[in-house]
Amino acid sequence: MEFSELIRTGRAEALLLPGPGQPPVRGTLCITSHHLLLSAGHGSPGDLWLLLRNVDAVEKRVAGNSGTITLKCKNLHVLQLEIEGLEETLDIASSIEALTSLESVTTSYPFFYRPQSLRLGDAANLHPPDHFYQQVALQTDAWRLSAVNRDFDVCASYPPALVVPVGIGDEVLARSARFRQGGRFPVLCYYHTTNGTVMLRSSQPLQGANRRRCAEDEELLRAVLALGGGRGLVLDTRSAQAVQQARITGGGTEAKAAYPGWKRLHRPLERGRPLQDSFVRLVEACTDPSLSMDRWLSRLDGCRWLTHVKETLTAACLAAQGMDREGVCILVHGAEGTDTTLLVTSLAQLILDPKCRTMSGFQSLLEREWIQAGHPFQQRCAHSAYAQARPKHEAPVFLLFLDCVWQLSRQFPLSLEFGEGMLLAVFEHAYASPFGTFLCNSEKERYLCEVKTKTHSLWSSLNQSKERRRLRNPIYTPNPLALWPSVEPQSLQLWAGLFLRWTRPPEPAQEAWEQLWRIVTEQEGGDTL
Amino acid sequence: MLSTHISLEDTPTLYSAPSSSTKRSYIWRLKVEQVKLLDRFSTSNKSLTGTLYLTATHLLFIDSLQKETWILHHHIAAVEKLALTTAGCPLVIQCKNFRIVHFIVPRERDCHDIYNSLLQLSRQAKYEDLYAFSYNPKQNESEQIQGWQLIDLAEEYRRMDVPNLNWKLSDANRDYKICETYPRDLYVPRAANKPTIVGSSKFRSKGRFPVLSYYHQDKQAAICRCSQPLSGFSARCLEDEHMLQAINKANPSNRYMYVMDTRPKLNAMANRAAGKGYENEDNYSNIRFQFVGIENIHVMRTSLQKLLEVNGTKGLSVSDFFSGLESSGWLRHIKAVLDAAIFLAKAIVNESASVLVHCSDGWDRTSQVCSLGTLLLDSYYRTIKGFMVLIEKDWISFGHKFSDRCGHLDGDPKEVSPVFTQFLECVWHLTEQFPQAFEYNEAFLLQIHEHVHSCQFGNFLGNCQKEREDLKLREKTYSLWPFLLDDQEKYLNPFYTPSSQKFTVLEPNTVPFNFKFWRNMYHQFDRTLHPRQSVFKLIMNKNDQNKQLEKEIKELESKIKQQKTRHTDTVLTKESLHCIHADSPALKPSLCFKKEQTLLPVNDAIRTIEGSNTADNRYSEYAEEFSKTEPAVVSLEYGVARMTC
Repeated sequence: MEFSELIRTGRAEALLLPGPGQPPVRGTLCITSHHLLLSAGHGSPGDLWLLLRNVDAVEKRVAGNSGTITLKCKNLHVLQLEIEGLEETLDIASSIEALTSLESVTTSYPFFYRPQSLRLGDAANLHPPDHFYQQVALQTDAWRLSAVNRDFDVCASYPPALVVPVGIGDEVLARSARFRQGGRFPVLCYYHTTNGTVMLRSSQPLQGANRRRCAEDEELLRAVLALGGGRGLVLDTRSAQAVQQARITGGGTEAKAAYPGWKRLHRPLERGRPLQDSFVRLVEACTDPSLSMDRWLSRLDGCRWLTHVKETLTAACLAAQGMDREGVCILVHGAEGTDTTLLVTSLAQLILDPKCRTMSGFQSLLEREWIQAGHPFQQRCAHSAYAQARPKHEAPVFLLFLDCVWQLSRQFPLSLEFGEGMLLAVFEHAYASPFGTFLCNSEKERYLCEVKTKTHSLWSSLNQSKERRRLRNPIYTPNPLALWPSVEPQSLQLWAGLFLRWTRPPEPAQEAWEQLWRIVTEQEGGDTL
Repeated sequence: MLSTHISLEDTPTLYSAPSSSTKRSYIWRLKVEQVKLLDRFSTSNKSLTGTLYLTATHLLFIDSLQKETWILHHHIAAVEKLALTTAGCPLVIQCKNFRIVHFIVPRERDCHDIYNSLLQLSRQAKYEDLYAFSYNPKQNESEQIQGWQLIDLAEEYRRMDVPNLNWKLSDANRDYKICETYPRDLYVPRAANKPTIVGSSKFRSKGRFPVLSYYHQDKQAAICRCSQPLSGFSARCLEDEHMLQAINKANPSNRYMYVMDTRPKLNAMANRAAGKGYENEDNYSNIRFQFVGIENIHVMRTSLQKLLEVNGTKGLSVSDFFSGLESSGWLRHIKAVLDAAIFLAKAIVNESASVLVHCSDGWDRTSQVCSLGTLLLDSYYRTIKGFMVLIEKDWISFGHKFSDRCGHLDGDPKEVSPVFTQFLECVWHLTEQFPQAFEYNEAFLLQIHEHVHSCQFGNFLGNCQKEREDLKLREKTYSLWPFLLDDQEKYLNPFYTPSSQKFTVLEPNTVPFNFKFWRNMYHQFDRTLHPRQSVFKLIMNKNDQNKQLEKEIKELESKIKQQKTRHTDTVLTKESLHCIHADSPALKPSLCFKKEQTLLPVNDAIRTIEGSNTADNRYSEYAEEFSKTEPAVVSLEYGVARMTC
């Protein structure tokens, strides 16, 4: 396919209207296959260099002989461009629309992006798939690495290497997979070193209306209990009613009688459409400065976003508490096991495991619990809060995770090695990125598209030393304890750095951050004296 | 009543921040054992058991872990006895610093005694019975006098370059003859003579005629304050009109001036029926009249009550929290006050226009708007000392009725209103928007709030300067400010970057999403709701160390320089021999050693950071699920499953 067919006009004279903390730019606008460029000439610093993949919605308005195009980006930035010429306006708008609606992965920008400072394939060793297993193996020999999914035959959304109980053979796993939606049989995702309890995740069992059972699945979970203390808890991220309904369509949950020793706890977490709506409504409220105080508060309440944050944190805390304080093994699942399940398991690990709170630990957590665990990034992040098209599979599950991490960082400002900048960067790259890290929906798809060999990894870019000030927390002090956050409404805050990032000037907060760095690095400078 | 001594290592540290931890014994009047202190937010009635004491000044609860909870009687806003339960008799104490404690006393008789004693102890009829008159921080007389002289308002006006060509000190109110609620020293336009002042004061509610509150040297514009005119529907007063003209003329850079009525228009109009009202633009030349719509003390009191009701709810959901926050209207009022201050600052900065601010009596909303406006204009008020001056000037000296508004004495509950709390909250919102602009931090604001209600120091007692002089507060009580200054490391903002210019104007953005609930004020004592680690201590330490290191480097450099010059100038002496060594490696170890010493506090700060506890959080209560016992019956589910398998 030729990109040039989609570009109706490549050039126009345009003016970028000023926004909060951003000066106007007048110059030549240029559309390339992956970017929109606006340059005042001579490489001036205010040049706009926008990845088209970042555009969520295009709005055009024409008046007389000129027009205005509003570009609403997935990172919530809104750009307004005044373009000379009626035809140019329409052509530019339709070119952007055509280029942004391309769905093919292999023609996306990461396959063309070749920065000089990085080499392809460098990141392959950053987070090797069996690294997690090796960590566990240092503590216990009760778990083994299984290659049952090496060809993605058993489960299309799982990675090739999975950690399972030692006594359970691959054929048992394969049978168990057939009893679970999408083949996602229970696998180990966290080993709690302090007391040897474990956390597993899976999808729902295919119990169905006639309450089917699967001996191998039961055997698998029995083996888990035998290894980890004898008591287990299934944390179902749906309500009991939702489980009832799921049974009608073939799903369900673990029957108490079939899984002795396992108790069940329902902590319903919102996902899919309602979560996407919540996100859209929050962003609407945050981008409307004309609201009165009362309207603002009522819309903040009405969008329910912070309710979702609270519920998510509560569920994660429960899972963490179960392991740490009650000594029970936890199995987390919802329906598919690729959304709310991952929210709970990844947050619980941040709460319990100090290693996850380091820069590299957080990256491998994201890699392991989100990317390799098969969160369908391509579907969930196809559009952000502005798209007019009816959402199909979009949902800000990953953003909700980042928000919860941000809440943790507010309550434990010294305990995370990464700062808000890291969370913002990850958010942006999950929705639109020159890197291949968040492409596709699963490891299988990434393998088929050769993402790992043909694109660069976000992690190697973020780990460059020039990014240090932006991404790291200058006052990080390793904290070996678990982080138990407060989940009271008074303790939760709106993540202003993300939701209000483009509506209010960032200077004072940024300056304070700079100063924090100065204070801390002066100290380090003193040390080297 | 029985009296015995409790011997304690520490005095109540929170309230007597100034007095160090001296060993003191308290005489208790009442002692009740086996009292339970409930966790306010726990839904599972978690509690601590301990002993409750009542002393002459404090309520003290010592739990089984020997943790002490001190509550000053003056801080108690309300005591409530709830219906008897099987566990005992519940007693709820609400404090003015927003602490709420919930006790359960085993015997109703005891509960009744505590209740009655507290009612008596927390409501004093006379000023002389307040804590300040018995509080003795172990200062000698000259220290006491010096303490009171720390803030000198005459000096503050001189700092603003007043008196000057256009403004003079008036002695009209030397004996409080013209206005009882104003201070003795008043600054007025040079053109305003005694008859004008007297005439104008007769035309203003409570005699509070227009006087200078702040003079902006750069713009030559003034902020003046007064109360509402007694204009009714048509009354005029030539002297008052002259007064405003004089204010206008005292500003050579602008022809017109603003008159800001901080009330909602409707309220001001209603006042006309009572013979009061607002300025008629036709009668005053060159004024621009503006309403800004801040609600009155009664609306504010109700609003805060609603807010406290909402956030005191057990098991509050996010949705109830936000809808409660909305319906209380609290943040709307905070925004209105800040918006008014911004209007004021803009008039001065952008138009060099003088502004006259008033409300009804000119001691509540007027104090809020004038003080916040100048805080935006003048960076001096953003320093620790400057903030004290600001409170002394616009609040204490101009007669904000602290004793009435804070309910220091048993009086009319309708006079109580959180006007000063709102001012502090507005300042807090500014510190949040401008993290580098303020020398002081949140703890400073909270500590001031604490003492406005504690009646431990003389500053906030009484309703005006005359009353304070009559009470001889300067001789009989102590001033708060020197104690806060002594402790100032606690109140410093590590991010503070002093601006090089005096007039760096803050231009806050008051879109609604810049306002948030002030958790650290309204939940100051609900430990479980707060962040579990503080950045503040750590940064303060690092800052100190940096300064220390810089100082050392400078000292060493100057030493080296000195030695070098001496070395080149003179022949080799013993001393210069020494310096050669000092210049090279020999000195370095000593530097390193010192550095290590200064590093120690940091580790200390880290050690004090607590990891949090699941038991503190409400989600832990769901975990009861874990410990439930399994029903021993084989469930039907199993049978069905087997049949269909």
